This record gives sequence, C-alpha cells and structure tokens, in this order.
Amino acid sequence: MTASMSQCLMQMVHTDYQISDYQSAITPRWCTGCGDNAILTAMQRLCRDEQLPPEKTVCVSGIGCASRLPHYMNAYGFHGIHGRALPIAEGIKIRRPDLHVFVTTGDGDCCSIGAAHWLHAVRYNMNMTMLLHDNNVYGLTKKQASPTSPKGLKSNTTPFGATLNPLNPLSVTLGIANVSFVAQVPDWIPELLYDVLSKAYHHKGFSFIRILQRCPNFMNHHFDAAVQDPLRIRMLTHSNGLRLKPELSRIYKNQETHDPLDLHRAQALAVLDEEIPVGVLYSNPDVPCYDELRKGKRPNTPQLVETVLNEEFDKVGIWPEGQQAASNGE
Amino acid sequence: MTEYGMQTSSHDAPPSESGVASRKLPARGPAEVIQEHIVEIVSDSGEGAQRCGQALASIAARSGHGIWTVEIIPAEIQPPHRSVAGASGNRVRMAAHKVTNVGDQADLVIAFNEQVLLSRLQAKEIKPGAVILIEDMWKHDKDPAIAENYARVTADVRAQGYRLFEIPMETECHKYVPDARKGKNMFVLGILCTIYSLDKALAEAQVRLTFAKKDQKIVDANLELLAAGRAWAEDNLAVRYMIPAAPVVKPQIVTNGNAALALGVVASGMEVCAMYPITPATSASHYLSTIFEKVGCVVHQAEDEISAATFAIGASYAGKCAVTITSGPGLSLKQEAIGLAVMTEIPLVVIDVQRGGPSTGLPTKVEQGDMMSAMFGSHGDAPKIVMAVDSIEDCFYSVITARKIAETFNMVVVILSDAALSTAQQPFDRPQFNADWLAPPVNQSAVPADAHPYDWDERTGIATRFIPGQPNGMHCLTGLAHDRDSHVAYDPQINEEGLLNRSRKLAAFQKTLRLAPVYGDEEGDLLLIGWGSTRGAIEEAVKTMRAQGHKVSSLHLKYLQPMASGIDAVMKRFGKVMTIENNWNDPKSDPLINDANRRYSHLAMLLRSRWLVDIDCWGNARGQPLKPGEIIRAALAKLNEDKQQAAGGL
Repeated sequence: MTASMSQCLMQMVHTDYQISDYQSAITPRWCTGCGDNAILTAMQRLCRDEQLPPEKTVCVSGIGCASRLPHYMNAYGFHGIHGRALPIAEGIKIRRPDLHVFVTTGDGDCCSIGAAHWLHAVRYNMNMTMLLHDNNVYGLTKKQASPTSPKGLKSNTTPFGATLNPLNPLSVTLGIANVSFVAQVPDWIPELLYDVLSKAYHHKGFSFIRILQRCPNFMNHHFDAAVQDPLRIRMLTHSNGLRLKPELSRIYKNQETHDPLDLHRAQALAVLDEEIPVGVLYSNPDVPCYDELRKGKRPNTPQLVETVLNEEFDKVGIWPEGQQAASNGE
Repeated sequence: MTEYGMQTSSHDAPPSESGVASRKLPARGPAEVIQEHIVEIVSDSGEGAQRCGQALASIAARSGHGIWTVEIIPAEIQPPHRSVAGASGNRVRMAAHKVTNVGDQADLVIAFNEQVLLSRLQAKEIKPGAVILIEDMWKHDKDPAIAENYARVTADVRAQGYRLFEIPMETECHKYVPDARKGKNMFVLGILCTIYSLDKALAEAQVRLTFAKKDQKIVDANLELLAAGRAWAEDNLAVRYMIPAAPVVKPQIVTNGNAALALGVVASGMEVCAMYPITPATSASHYLSTIFEKVGCVVHQAEDEISAATFAIGASYAGKCAVTITSGPGLSLKQEAIGLAVMTEIPLVVIDVQRGGPSTGLPTKVEQGDMMSAMFGSHGDAPKIVMAVDSIEDCFYSVITARKIAETFNMVVVILSDAALSTAQQPFDRPQFNADWLAPPVNQSAVPADAHPYDWDERTGIATRFIPGQPNGMHCLTGLAHDRDSHVAYDPQINEEGLLNRSRKLAAFQKTLRLAPVYGDEEGDLLLIGWGSTRGAIEEAVKTMRAQGHKVSSLHLKYLQPMASGIDAVMKRFGKVMTIENNWNDPKSDPLINDANRRYSHLAMLLRSRWLVDIDCWGNARGQPLKPGEIIRAALAKLNEDKQQAAGGL
C-alpha cells in the first residue's frame, strides 16, 4: 500500500520522463557501428514510453560487451559476474514485484558459461525481460569462437576454423519446459527492435529476445547478406505479434502470418535453413510464473515470526513440571 | 572414566547362555547408579535405529538428563544389508549433567545384526567390557554362511570380555506385528527404557509424538511393542542402570544443529534462502522449507551452487540480507560470487556445514577443513567475516548475529558449522523471541542529492548502500574496480581506496569483538586453542585433566576472521600452546616432515603467522568428531614432549 502510494506521489512529481532521464553520465564505450548502441537506444525509448520510474528499473548483466549496458542506463544496475546475470535478476525479483527487471547478456555469457541459468530461467518463467545480444563471437576478450559462431569461423581460439555447428538459441529456448516468450530481431531495424522489446516488456513471464547484433570489429560483414537482402528475413506477423508498418512491409516482402501461440510452428521456424525468422515466435501469457507461485502469502511481521517460532519450539520443547499444561492452555 | 560395564552382578547371566530365552529371572537388586552412559543403537539402514535413538534421547532429556546424540550414517542411501559399511543408527550420550560432545567409547550397544556390530567394534567405538545386546535371529538363519558369521562374531565378542546378551527381537516382535523389521526399533526402545529405569509415561508420550503423523493403528502397535520390550527386559535382563536426573527448571528445546540453524534463519529476519542440495547441509534447508513460507518467506532451490549464491546476492541487493546454505564443495563453487558480494559490498550470509574433503571426500563425515577456504577462497583481496558455531544453541543465535553484522558492515559473513553439529541433538534454553533480532523494513526513502553509492566513512570504511526503489539512488553496481560513484575505474589510487575501505570494515568490526574467557586457569603449562564444534570435547578434556592436577586450560575462538584482540596476552601466560582441530596436519613423526615443510592445522597456521609464537597443533581428519579421551592423550604427550626429547637425547 505504502509502495503504491509513494509511486503515485512520484508519478505526480515526474509527470513526464524524457529519454535523457534514462541516460547515465557515462558515454557508451562500445565501438562505432556496434549493434549494442541500437539496443541501448531501444531500451531507453521503451522506458520513456512506458514512463518507468528510473528508481524502479533494474538492469542486470553478466560480463562481456553487452553486459556494459547497465552502466549507460540511468536506473539501478547490477553488472555482475560472467554468466550469472539471470540468477542475480531472479534474486532481485523474488521479493520485489514492484521492480522492472531487464537482463542484458551476450552469446558467451548466456549460451556458454551461463547456459545452465538460461535453461532454468526459462523454466522459472519469472517476470522479466532478457535481451541476448548475439554477435556470434566473444568481443570483450578479443575474438574467440562462441557457441553461436558459425562452423568454420577463424578466431583466436579456432585459427583453422571453428569445428562445431553453432548452437541455436531459439530452438533451445523453445524446447524448454514453461517457455513463455521467444522473439528474434536484428539490431539494424530500429523500429522492429523497439516493437519486439515492447512486446517482451508487456508479456507476463520471462521474455527471451535474441537480438542479431553486429560486431564491426571482429565479425564485420557477418550479417551483410541479411542486411543487404531483405528476402533473407522472414517476417513473422500476427495480430498478437508483430504488425509491420506499410513502409517496412514494402521492403520485407518475405512474410508469414504466424500465431505466437503455435509452439510447433515456432520450433520449425527456429531452425529455418536459409532464412532468418524475425518477430515473435512464441508468446503464451498463461504459463505460471515462479515469482508469483512463490510469493509470500503473508507479510513477514515480528508477530508472525514470534508465533511460528513458538509453534516450532513447542514441538521440541521440554518443560519444567507443571508448566507445559499452562502453555497449552493459552 | 569408571568402567561401569565391567561391574557384574550375580544376576546377569545372559538369557541365551541359560538356555531358555524367556525364563523369568529371580528378583534383582536395585539399579546401579551411574553418572553417564553412552548408548549406541545400530541396524541396517531402514530398520529404524535412528528413530529409536532419537526417541531414547528425547525421553532422557525430558527426564532431566543431559544428552548429546549423533547419527551413525552410512554414506549410501541403501547400502547392502548386513554389511559393515551399512551400519546406521544413533549414539546417545546420557548423563546426570550437561553433555557437550559425543564422548569416547560406548558403554552399551544394541545391534540388529552382527555385521553392524562388527562395524562399531572395528571402529573402536565400543568400550572394552561393554554391554552388547544383539538380535539372535541370525543364529538359525537358513543361509549357513550367515549363521556361521553370527556364531563367530558372538563367540569373539564373548572371548574379548564383552557382556553379550542375545535377544529374540524378531520372534518377540512377530507376536505384535506382521513385519518385525518395522517394529524392532520400538521394542528395543522398551528394552532400553527398562535398562535405564526411564519413566513409562514419558516413553509412551514420546512414541505417540514419534508417530504423530501416522494412523492410530500404527501408534497403538508401536505402544504395544514398547510395552513388550519393557516387559521382555523386565523378565529376561538383569542389567539395570539409573542416571540421576536434575529437574528441568527452565523451558528447553531439543534440536539438532541444522534445525537450530534453520530456526535462526527465521529468527534473523532474513526472507530469502537460496540453496542447492548438498550433504550434510541440506537438512537445514529441508526443515526451513517446512516453516519459512509460514512467515511469508522463500527457500529457493537453485539449479546449482553458483546460482544459489548469486540469487541470494540479488535478493540482498534488492532489500534484506539473504542466506545461502551449503557444504565444502558448494563453498568452493560459490567463491566467485562471494567475491562479487565483497566487491559490491552486498550483505550476504553464507552457512557452510563442513564435511570431509577435499573433493567429494567424506560427505557424511566430520571435518573442520574449510576455515582457510572460507577466509581466502575468493581471488584477490576479499575480506569477509568468518565465524564458527560451537554448540547447538550457538547455531541458532549465530545466524541472527551474522545477519546483523552483514547488514551493518555490508559484508559477507560465513558461518562455519560441521557434520558433528548438523545431526547432533542437545537441549538448550528455549529462546525468548526478541523483535530486535529481525531486520528493519527495506529502506525506500529518497537518497540525498549529493550522496554517492560508495561514500566510504573514513573511520570505519562503511558506506550506506542504496537499494533499488530509493529515488535518486540510481547507480550501476559492478564487480569491476570502481570509485565512490560506482563508476568503473582502473586508476591505481581509486582501486587502492576501494581495497582500503573494504579491508577497514574488517578492522572496524574487529574493534567490537571481545575474547572469550579462558576455560580453566588464566595461566599454566599448556593452553589448548580450538574453534567450532570441538568446544565440548576440548573443555571436557581440560576439566578431566585439571581434576588430575594438570595445569591445562583452553581458549575457544568464535570469530576466526577477524580474531578478537588479546590472544597473544593469553598465550604468553602458558608454557606451551597447541591448537586442537578436526583437520589435517602433517605428523611430526613422519621422517619426511621437518620445520621447513610441516603443514599445520588451519588455526595454528594463522596464529603462528600473526603472533610469531611457536604454536603446535594436534588433530586429525579421520571423519570423526574429536573425542575427549584422544584430546587428553594428545595434551599429555605435548606436556611430556620435552621429557621425552630429553630422554631420547640421553
């Protein structure tokens, strides 16, 4: 009650948050042309449009280029340790439903060192939005192959070419129990990036967005084929998913009407060979959320703690003669 | 120690030796009055010996006896039947006075087969001449190998001077229940109640409590078995003991160490526990899971140890301090996360119920092997507070204290317990709830415009942290080196400022500590220093030695990092100083070992380096709790070391 009242008061004070209200004093240190810049802008735009109080917004990250994002947001941020952004975010959310939690992570952070947490975060389905900045390479540590690197990629750890087929974050996520929201979007179409982020934010549960993110330094031209040939992108449209504006529709003619509740079609789309599916692959708001399932049924008050402790002590209590009856009588 | 078991009366001819098991014995003399006894009940896993031991201990405690119980646990869930490795059960030490440890060797053993008995004999856990009661069904087993084994072991036991009594448990129990395997434990409880002259009504009440969740039919059957055991012992056994009881004057509770930790978590005001299953810590989380939701809180079983720690850090960051409960291997996995909490100055309570290591080691066994990893496990300079619990009661209060310290200093507090306390039960004064134990509500007030997230106080190093939801407090927490604004900074001076302030908090906290009083005289020939679960055994050893005229005292440390001031002054008043620890040290007798390479026990190593005093250490990592008798032998050897060396020199 008090929280919502103070929230109302804050709303009265801040009638209108601007983009600049979500920009921190630190200038982003990402490379020129890095897709992360576009993602940051989309995030700030979302916060502005949703008028999220900065003090109620928490951006959590692990380690890597993508994970620097919280430093550039004027919000609460937690730049944690490699691979562990998700459990930190889950801990934040478990007792604080009032906070808007965003997780920014990269393909190394999420799909390699933090893979176990990714899998379980999908299963927990807690109310938060996760942005996987997938540039198919380790950038911060200067070009090593990542789990999503294409086979044959020459990197510092694979000088003769990566030997394995890449992991597909979409098909993996869509195969996990309790999956509730999966989307894919490239960084180079700002309108779509924003729309997908907005869909994810409004989704109830754990929203997973894989963002195809360009790395001009180590993977230059990697996505050129898709950038230059709109037909390589299959736009997934639906009244419950993305709705393309006419100007985008004219460019991206390869479209499919896809119901985001159709998991089987989503799983098929996730593994398209030559084309990149863009849009909301899956969205189901009816999957139970762990944070709601584990929500405290009663507030933790001193009176309650005292009562429960005494109940427990009674079960294993030894009383001086004559005293036990008195206690039971109360 | 008086060898009560060696005293024989004229009436105690074993029934089996007399030929007729059910023969009524002539009237006996009064029960022998003793000050204490150690009883072991051992069976195959699943035969209920542990439940029997726990019930016996509860009855004894309610009778006003001091008790200490410890589980005898096989490492596997379903070890092979009738195997030495599979011995499962309970040791109960009952006394006319307060008991603080498991004691030395057992005075009386009830074994459900000869293999589990063998296991205790081989482990030298049974006192010479002790009373041994054994299930006799194996004597006529269809399998000649089993019958032969039984005959051999019982003959050996008799030849070695133990007082063996063969009991037809199976036959007797069959009279009351179709599956005797499920009823023997209460039959045996009845026998023990008769042997130890325990009150019938208390025993019956305990059986009702033990089976409280079961069907009335099951309760009744077990009450029948209890009565049958009592009656059988009345008619057939002449062994009777009487331990004087002190009336209970203050309300008490009986729990094991892990349950006390869980109750402490509830009482501390922490609202989130994130854990991953690991022996021997998990039972704390099991119990916590049954009560935490009642107070609106959550036990989160994370996908691994790392996520348990980081989940707790996230929950702490968002409000109140959280706890993660683990054991040695889990502590190793959590170390990077603990370093993150240190660097970001997020309060965190880590409970480590230690077990034998390294690696998977001895999961169900006792060792104090994690002190160094608790202190220095994270990379870089990561100061955190390490404290150890030294009794069951201490398990409860330490969690409350740890939460307060963690939130006052924004630090990681590691509580070291171990497998000696986790399953051991001991009565202690019923805690009186105090609202000050709990954490204040989460601060959501606006942060002053000119405040910084790391406004380190130059005297204490403490900075008031900003919690999400506090207006104006927005900043990005980072595990990278950072300045007062939490901005990433690689500047040498800024890095040093952070290091200094995080370290300074430890020094500021140290100023609040007071050294525990010395047990025994303030000066003497030998000072024993210990920490954690060994307290009871060390102090009992000191008490016994002092009664024999030795000038021995002991000092027990609760805070290991930082340590209270004044240890040096205490040490100076003693001729010799030796730590007693349940962990590894290189034996001086090993020809390879010398002053240049000897690896000392953890506490000894720390005290030597800090105080430049030639401190010795004694202990072992055999997976068993240290016993007063072996501590006495080690202390005597230390006292006589010079004489021996002098003699050797001649």
